[in-house]
Amino acid sequence: MNIKILHLYPDLLNLYGDRGNIACMTKRLMWRGIDAEVITHTCDDTDFSLSDIDIVFIGGGSDREQKIVCHRLLEHKEMLHDFVNDNGVLVAVCGGYQLLGKYYKLQDETIEGLEILDIYTEQGKKRLIGNVVLDSDIAGKIVGFENHGGRTYIGNHTPLGKVVYGYGNDDKSGVEGVVYKNVVATYLHGPLLPKNPKLCDYILTNAIKRKYPEFEGLTPLCDTLENTASEYIINRFSSK
Amino acid sequence: MRKLLAMWAGKLLTIAGKLIGKKSSSSPGEFALKICPNLVGGLNKSIKKGIIVTCGTNGKTTTNNLIASALEAKGYKVLCNRLGANMLNGIATVMVQESGIFGKLQADYACLEIDEAYTPIVFDYVTPDVMIITNLFRDQLDRYGEIDITSDILKRAIKKVPNLKLILNGDDPLCVQFGQLAKGYYYGISEQVLPQTNDTKEGRFCPVCGEEQKYNYYHYSQLGDYYCPKCGFKRPHIDFDVTDVKLETPMRFKVNNKPMTINYKGFYNIYNLVAVYGAMEVLGEGTDDFGSLLTEYKPQIGRMQEFAFKKPVILSLSKNPAGFNQAISTVNTDKRKKDVIIAINDKVNDGRDVSWIWDVDFEKIQDENLNLLMTTGIRLYDISLRFKYEDIKVDLMTQSMREAVGRALSSDSEVCYVLVNYTALYPTEGVLNAMLKEGENR
Repeated sequence: MNIKILHLYPDLLNLYGDRGNIACMTKRLMWRGIDAEVITHTCDDTDFSLSDIDIVFIGGGSDREQKIVCHRLLEHKEMLHDFVNDNGVLVAVCGGYQLLGKYYKLQDETIEGLEILDIYTEQGKKRLIGNVVLDSDIAGKIVGFENHGGRTYIGNHTPLGKVVYGYGNDDKSGVEGVVYKNVVATYLHGPLLPKNPKLCDYILTNAIKRKYPEFEGLTPLCDTLENTASEYIINRFSSK
Repeated sequence: MRKLLAMWAGKLLTIAGKLIGKKSSSSPGEFALKICPNLVGGLNKSIKKGIIVTCGTNGKTTTNNLIASALEAKGYKVLCNRLGANMLNGIATVMVQESGIFGKLQADYACLEIDEAYTPIVFDYVTPDVMIITNLFRDQLDRYGEIDITSDILKRAIKKVPNLKLILNGDDPLCVQFGQLAKGYYYGISEQVLPQTNDTKEGRFCPVCGEEQKYNYYHYSQLGDYYCPKCGFKRPHIDFDVTDVKLETPMRFKVNNKPMTINYKGFYNIYNLVAVYGAMEVLGEGTDDFGSLLTEYKPQIGRMQEFAFKKPVILSLSKNPAGFNQAISTVNTDKRKKDVIIAINDKVNDGRDVSWIWDVDFEKIQDENLNLLMTTGIRLYDISLRFKYEDIKVDLMTQSMREAVGRALSSDSEVCYVLVNYTALYPTEGVLNAMLKEGENR
């Protein structure tokens, strides 16, 4: 088996150690004897195709870099829509999450989004910064760190999880992220997956099943260290 | 009168701190400022010859303290926030501690390192003559925000001071952009020294037009010989020029063709030294005796500081990806068999977000000379995971720095490196000194 991961604009959207997520997906495939290939699409590359891609990853960047990326990605809007409708796996973090919506309204301008999700984002006054603990249906407890100025309103979409500790999408609704078809979008940035192996395996399973319908499921790995790291965060923050 | 009262209150607090064994680097000043908010404004009048301010993400403390030492070696009285307390309260603390019993403060020079974010506030009170900007790297995004924000803050501060002379790292495009706002002098390393790798260059985009810059060679992060293919922005003429770099121990290089030899490690230290050289020239103090000054200079705590156990234990502080990558590359140049201990904390002064550890090339720690790899600190699990996902084995995970150092001392390695981030520094130094005292030096 072979899984191809497309990392979109790692040269621009790399604000918070996003390579941790790529490393986590790749290693957890390879440790199970599944080949993993990472293809990067940078701002020097003119075009990309999704025809043989299994997982698309979009990270977070500064506002300036995010604007450049959005501009570029809008040219591929239709292709990305087709990919998601065809159950392609898309993981979007932080700025990448905001880009999937209809728009991101900043103080003096509005950045047009890809409209893959029926959500929108507005810039808030205070940045929402801190550790996060979520309770999710797809992967149990999820831990991470958020740092965003935008408030994202997800309408009727299913969130990734309920906020146990932290701010979440908009600091009010008590939920964080979005799960839609095989899209996982979240504000929890950077090394989200290494501390949340269940979430990583959920994403990988979706990708493998789409490509190999006869696939029966991932073999378990020893996740003691991952779980210890996650439990440390859960105990430290959500017991307060 | 208010000022005198503030000085006295601060002094009392310093003495009280000493009694309970605490180094007071900012609290006496904070208290004094509450009594007399304009306390720091008195500094301009108290300093006879000049005020030198040092800013930048990495290298502030080393650069600032070395300038103070260089000036003191010339017989001047110098006021300096040596402990690195670099906000308004830190400066007030030094003033309080250095003033006489009647609140009188007199010195020839003031050397102040200042947190970039506080420069606009500090410059409302203090008028520097010379300002050094060492570099701008990504650092603690949860506290400081993105580099663009820091640049804007520094620009705002620089514009407040007419006739300011800037000493800028000419190899860093993000520093050079400030040269448009005031008279700029530039230092740089004018040859390729290190292998050309592909690490994260956060400042790859031209600060003038936003185009991606090209490099003839680079040193690390975005430092190097760059040019913008679109608008023509490029590495400026270098006034203080480093050549003939030999990265052995001791390190050798030439500044404007004068040979220098230094006993401490780290390529990045060359930048700190040449910045000081530049400052002395710009101040008109001369640099004839600069070489001998370097030989005698003792680096601050945790700047590749050696502890003399039966095998050397070397403590290195790094706060961000650029700093850690430099520390790792320094460890790699040591070809002895070595143990490495890494401690990562996530207190407020470290930045609560530890995502950045994935932007450090920690995998490069593993080379043929690595013996034991150990992890500790509040976030030991995060840093251990970082290694797990590089398929690198961590030999010991422990909450206790003492245990890790003990293991290193009894292993068959020849040297041990301890790489820590900010709040892990002083506790680690404490542990190492205590172990030395207890005669762990068996």
